[in-house]
Amino acid sequence: MKYLHIRNARLLDPQQGLDDVLDLYVAEGQIRAIGQKPAGGTIEETLDAQGQWLLPGLVDLSTYLNEPGYLQKGSIQTETRAAASAGFSHVCAQPLTKPVADSPAVIQLIQEKAATAGYARVLPLGALTQGLDGDQLANMVSLRNAGCRALSNARQPVKDSYVLRRLMEYAATYDILLFLSADDRALSASGVMHEGPTATRLGLAGIPETAETIALAQLLLLIEQTGVRAHISQISCARSLEMLADARARGLRVTADVALANLVFTAREVSGFDSRFHVQPPLRGEKDRQALLTAVNRGELAICSNHQPHEISAKKAPFADAAAGMSMYDCFMPLLLELVRKGELHLPAAISALCHQPAAVLGLEHGLVQGHRFSATLIDPQAVGGKILSRGSNLPLDHSELAGRVEATFVDGRMVYRRQPG
Amino acid sequence: MNTDPCQIQLTPDGKLKHFLTTEGLSKELLTEILDTADSFISTQERDVKKVPLLRGKTVVNLFFENSTRTRSTFELAAKRLSADILNLDISKSATAKGETLMDTLWNLEAMYSDMFVVRHADSGAAHFIASQVTPNVAIINAGDGRHAHPTQAMLDMLTIRRHKGQIEGKVVAIVGDILHSRVARSQIHALKTLGAAEVRVVGPATLLPRDIEALGAKAYYDFNLALRDCDVIIMLRLQKERMQNALLPSESEFYKLYGLSTEKLALAKPDAIVMHPGPINRGVEIESAVADGPQSVILNQVSNGIAVRMAVMAMAMSGQQSMQQQAQQDSQEEDPV
Repeated sequence: MKYLHIRNARLLDPQQGLDDVLDLYVAEGQIRAIGQKPAGGTIEETLDAQGQWLLPGLVDLSTYLNEPGYLQKGSIQTETRAAASAGFSHVCAQPLTKPVADSPAVIQLIQEKAATAGYARVLPLGALTQGLDGDQLANMVSLRNAGCRALSNARQPVKDSYVLRRLMEYAATYDILLFLSADDRALSASGVMHEGPTATRLGLAGIPETAETIALAQLLLLIEQTGVRAHISQISCARSLEMLADARARGLRVTADVALANLVFTAREVSGFDSRFHVQPPLRGEKDRQALLTAVNRGELAICSNHQPHEISAKKAPFADAAAGMSMYDCFMPLLLELVRKGELHLPAAISALCHQPAAVLGLEHGLVQGHRFSATLIDPQAVGGKILSRGSNLPLDHSELAGRVEATFVDGRMVYRRQPG
Repeated sequence: MNTDPCQIQLTPDGKLKHFLTTEGLSKELLTEILDTADSFISTQERDVKKVPLLRGKTVVNLFFENSTRTRSTFELAAKRLSADILNLDISKSATAKGETLMDTLWNLEAMYSDMFVVRHADSGAAHFIASQVTPNVAIINAGDGRHAHPTQAMLDMLTIRRHKGQIEGKVVAIVGDILHSRVARSQIHALKTLGAAEVRVVGPATLLPRDIEALGAKAYYDFNLALRDCDVIIMLRLQKERMQNALLPSESEFYKLYGLSTEKLALAKPDAIVMHPGPINRGVEIESAVADGPQSVILNQVSNGIAVRMAVMAMAMSGQQSMQQQAQQDSQEEDPV
């Protein structure tokens, strides 16, 4: 057997209680040994990872790859490469494409393009409703059979509680996992940012917390009634966390995630009509940010990138007219590690929120465990100056001064990304 | 785009180069605008009303939203400063054909204009344009969404100062649809900076934006209470659409609660003045007898509007010119050929 030998790396897998500098041996896509080299076989390649961290590959519960249909924003090739360069081994692609990913044909196209690109593994999310129209159920079983691990409506509204109930019942019949977002369009419709002092000062229409909490209450009650397997995507308010905790206390098995942007930024960033901070869900107040961080630290909330690359002109408009979304991959690791350095996020909790929790939601085998498929990322926590690989120009900030750089990412034993020096 | 909306309108030495918002401007600068406007009022009373301050300059009225009144006062102000003026009614032309705001701007820049007077339905539009156009074009905000309408606010300040002698120490109530009002926001900032004792915003919760007190105003639901000790009452225009949007039950109920009648006016100070940015809805916000009565200064507001617009146009153009001169000097020093 021929081994890939990674030595001197700090192996970090809180799920396994692993935090130690140990050697790791990979062959035929699997972790063959941690610590001592297995008997027999030869070492084909040795990677010296002195001073670096080896984590299980990050799993992204929400990203927008924009292919097919929006190549000016990004392609499967560019965005999965950017994802791998941010440490993601697996990414769930939102079905907001043109045509919408509501048919096995589009899902197959995405899978084939992703396989050809060969960077982060793409787990396409099928559309929950046809054309994401929020009204007519998509062919859920066909989508599941085509390889979709979950279905999502990509934050597009579902028409009403009747349709919501029926699509949950239908999905529950076939044990299909749903990614749902909590957004009451009647309350959020004209809003472009968090309703609060900054919105009032700038005269921008606000999105109240109740747009999320009322919709979340509706989702939780219908999840309870229908018994559907559900995950709540991109929570933004403190109050929502209390509601999720209540639901879990009653025995409901529901998971949730938060976009990294909502852990890093607040609505104050919008102060200068800065369209880079026009995102959905909106950046909220400091209390919300603190509550979200606490929930992640307690292991109650996964983190997603909600990466949404845009071309320059999409953001070059007055705030309300600028496209919503933030290009996250190129600054993901530095922003995440900055939260860890500031003590706002605990490293084991961050790893759990980006590796184990999303892997568990999706039913992926994951972790630095002997016998598991080797999907991992190697990080230099001190290094600065990663390259810009996403096609999106809408990064939230200049991250070149922030430390934390991915050196390599592996998927199923294969190195899909290695940082080019210089 | 990460520029502070208050700072972007100033030259490095603190002069006005755009006029986008009253927020963040110093008391001295706001007073300078009022003093300059005062001096123009005297020229407006002469037979020959023109002054040559903007001779040879091209001002473009860039109205993405219709407004005959505001546009014509800007046009008149520019003409009295001897500028050439081009009126572009964009709401009917370019953007309707799918041209983006950026495309429109690039086209206009190619015409070598010196100043854009911008009215747009989006909050932040004037700030956006100021951050995108070539540095030598002065931007005057003639109203952006719900955000700011600084020339209207300054003409109101001028009106108050001319009638009350000063703004310092005055109690001012702004009444009605604060939520959608760019005028109210600009007034609150100007009044606070110029030393008003108290700025009260008055209306039902549906028309008062959340956290309005963070701007330094005091929220009142009870009009009678809000009128007590008032020196200045500013009534805002109520749009008919508000009735269809579940914000108000009816005009008549609004008038009962927040309409300025003769009886209500008696609750304020006896010498209180009544203002309204216009156009007035008689019998909705204000009783005719009050609008036309001795305490009303509504018509004075209109004539003060031309002087204030002349003042900010002249000041912004002078700020732009001093920056250009500075840039020329700097380049000569760097390159002594």
